[in-house]
Amino acid sequence: MLKYILPLILFIVMAVFLALGLNLHPGEIPSPLIDKPVPAFSAPKLQAPEEKLSQTDLKGKVWLFNVWASWCASCRSEHPILNQLAQQKAAIIVGLNYKDEPEAAKGWLAQLGNPYDVSIMDQDGRIGIDWGVYGVPETFVVDKQGVIRYKHTGPVTPEDVQQTFLPLIAKLQAEN
Amino acid sequence: MKHLSIIVLLILSGIACAGVEYREFANPEQQQAYENLTSELRCLVCQNQTIADSNAELAADLRRQVYEMLQQGKSKQDIAQFMTDRYGDFVLYNPPFKLKTGLLWIGPAAFLLIGLIAVFLFARRKKTAAKVEISAEKRQKIRSLLDEGDRS
Repeated sequence: MLKYILPLILFIVMAVFLALGLNLHPGEIPSPLIDKPVPAFSAPKLQAPEEKLSQTDLKGKVWLFNVWASWCASCRSEHPILNQLAQQKAAIIVGLNYKDEPEAAKGWLAQLGNPYDVSIMDQDGRIGIDWGVYGVPETFVVDKQGVIRYKHTGPVTPEDVQQTFLPLIAKLQAEN
Repeated sequence: MKHLSIIVLLILSGIACAGVEYREFANPEQQQAYENLTSELRCLVCQNQTIADSNAELAADLRRQVYEMLQQGKSKQDIAQFMTDRYGDFVLYNPPFKLKTGLLWIGPAAFLLIGLIAVFLFARRKKTAAKVEISAEKRQKIRSLLDEGDRS
């Protein structure tokens, strides 16, 4: 009897592991920064390089931190969705212009619209390292206390906005 | 002549591609630490490469980070901690033994053990199967059946 059941059991075990493997997203690495205070930064603004923005300027506000670059193809597909999200004015959207040429970045915003309340420049990628950025685009949600509550890797889709971002932002806006 | 110019161009193209980073170290220990660290940290863009092997921009940035921290006199532990604080245990090719990484560490040994047990069981069963005794009566019958087969 065991002779016949054993191959079946082996097959089921293998099938389960393979099925789990198919549904894994090895590209999405869980961030250790969730529920931690935002990494400190102070960086020049893209549109006004003489002014700087730091995380303390955003205290008491719910904000999104979107990592983008003009060289990033999936940022282009994400851009209209961010534009729509910006129109709803649910939260402040801060852009991190990651390893980009300021002129190219400004041209991109002029051409495709600017969903960001402010974008800051990270030309050498140091702020990116502090935030554990490994792929562009990435989007973080930060609460009023300056704590990172959520991280999204890859382009944000309309479903992500409806199902994840807007409910989370509403919840965080209600917190003190 | 044409061949010669092609050869020269090919040689030059090699020079253009070889964007080797030049790093200067205070002492050989520091260089050793740099080489060890960069070959133990995973590039998060091309996940099966270390940051020493990878050509990804992020890998170059992380190599620069490691180099700068060594220059500042940070220890290997400090730098590994810096990386895991930002990228998680995944960044380490040599992850710490934890509940989450337990399967990773125990898995191969467990599979080896299961395999050895299976081989042992099979071998034992083969042995007992070989020991089957055939009675004289059955032997007679087999003989007669074989003889019958020969005649036809």
